Amino acid sequence: MRHQSPGENVIRLEAVGLRYGLGPEVLQDINFSLPAGSFHFLTGASGAGKSSLLRLMFLGLRPSRGRVILFDRDIAQTRRYELPALRRRIGVVFQDFRLLDHLSALDNVALPLRVRGVKESEVQRHVPELLAWVGLAEQLHARPPTLSGGQKQRVAIARAVIGRPDLLLADEPTGNVDDHIAMRLLHLFEELNKLGTTILVATHNEQLVARFAHHPRLHIEHGLVQRLS
Amino acid sequence: MLARRSDLPLKGDAAGRFLPWLVAMMVFLAAMAVAGAFVINGVVSRWDHDVSGTLTVQVLPIGGEGGEALTDERVRAAVEVMRQVPGVLAVRALDKKQLLALLEPWLGSTDVVRDLPLPRLIDVTVDPGARIDLDAVADRLSHAVPGASLDDHRVWLSRLINLSRTIQWLAILIVGLIAVVTSTTVVYATRTGMAVHREVIEVLHLIGAHDDYIARQFADRAFSLGLAGGLIGLALSVPVLSVVGWAAHRLEGGFLPSLSLPLLGFIGIGLLPAAAALVAMLTARATVHGTLARLP
Ligand SMILES: Nc1ncnc2c1ncn2[C@@H]1O[C@H](COP(=O)(O)OP(=O)(O)OP(=O)(O)O)[C@@H](O)[C@H]1O
Ligand SMILES: [Mg+2]
Repeated sequence: MRHQSPGENVIRLEAVGLRYGLGPEVLQDINFSLPAGSFHFLTGASGAGKSSLLRLMFLGLRPSRGRVILFDRDIAQTRRYELPALRRRIGVVFQDFRLLDHLSALDNVALPLRVRGVKESEVQRHVPELLAWVGLAEQLHARPPTLSGGQKQRVAIARAVIGRPDLLLADEPTGNVDDHIAMRLLHLFEELNKLGTTILVATHNEQLVARFAHHPRLHIEHGLVQRLS
Repeated sequence: MLARRSDLPLKGDAAGRFLPWLVAMMVFLAAMAVAGAFVINGVVSRWDHDVSGTLTVQVLPIGGEGGEALTDERVRAAVEVMRQVPGVLAVRALDKKQLLALLEPWLGSTDVVRDLPLPRLIDVTVDPGARIDLDAVADRLSHAVPGASLDDHRVWLSRLINLSRTIQWLAILIVGLIAVVTSTTVVYATRTGMAVHREVIEVLHLIGAHDDYIARQFADRAFSLGLAGGLIGLALSVPVLSVVGWAAHRLEGGFLPSLSLPLLGFIGIGLLPAAAALVAMLTARATVHGTLARLP
């Protein structure tokens, strides 16, 4: 683990703008940073650009303008072959899960480890443990199409955290689960946060944000991000 | 290598159904080209070996009464001229009986043939190391003995060697074209596979897979499909080549030196499936790298 020392920024966006193709700017002049070890919510109306902002942060998109500085590296200046190492330090829970339907829950969660070349014995030890923790001990060998929405979401979360990322980006991670499980998942994020992972949770679940009001909140509106506390 | 794990579900792809058969056909064609080139090379070098160091003098026959005796006289004169040439090791006139034996396979052994006025041949063996001015010898011969001419096989042989070189280049070109066709097909099969599995590739990419981690999975698959196809192609070419070889054997008594494939030819053909697999693998790998380079 290469956790940043507190105070340093895990990621910083400077004057970032984003447009899809020739469309309007979905994000304009975004300036904010996430200090190492912080826990933020990202809120905003549907279509405000939460997922787009996360996509910029996990390097799924390049900004149309401005700078993204991830783990002290300016992404525009970083060579292509160095990007996988940066991506491996980020765990992502995609809004639409993006599980691989032909792989079992276990193999899905194992992917980030296998991509890194982690030994198979380690994989077989850690992955079932984590899946049991998120309540899927019975579904180790189930394929995503046979899982419920909430179960898929938990597999997606397990895949995002299995590699103990330095930065966790979660896009609506509680959208498909009941309150009880939502609380449990947020507590998992808080556990990870205590271990040093920087966390950003995008959600429009106001209730949840209210219940975890001790975490600061970034709000996105009209293509701009502001800090609310 | 073949047992390496794959996260991409490539097993069900259409490539698995058509690629091996295409490669099989390509390897079959390549095997024919390689075998052809080697056999022709063998034939020419044996002819070359047999023919260099020999000259043939041809003496035209004289017809009519007593022609036979006059012809014999001319043959003796020609033999005498050739014996004078420095560098000549042996001179041997073929008598009529030997001549008829040579012609028998084509003309049969009837009395009609026996009575035909046949040109007479003189075999001349020369020291291959000696430099003989053949044009001068031919001149002297035709002046000394009317109706005698010298054939040094050179024109004929050099044309034959040229032909065989051309055929060898053609075979190399054919094998090259076959490699191009195979690799083009692999490019399209790989691109199709990547389009089909775009989602999976994107996820692997986003969780930090190196391009090569993804490329290797396509490359492994292409290698095993290429190898399977190559082995099928080889299996098809072996009986065909054997039949051709057997048919050529039956012809042999005549003018063809034995049509056999040298060891190097067998090795070359035996390596074709591996070469096809390698071409498929490298092409797939390069294609994936090229396509992934466009991802953010
Ligand atoms: N791939 C795309 N191509 C073109 N436009 C897009 C694309 N993805 C998002 N957009 C547009 O960008 C804007 C922001 O979308 P985004 O998905 O980031 O919103 P969001 O805040 O995540 O919404 P939600 O809460 O519904 O998930 C929307 O207007 C959307 O239409
Ligand atoms: Mg979204």
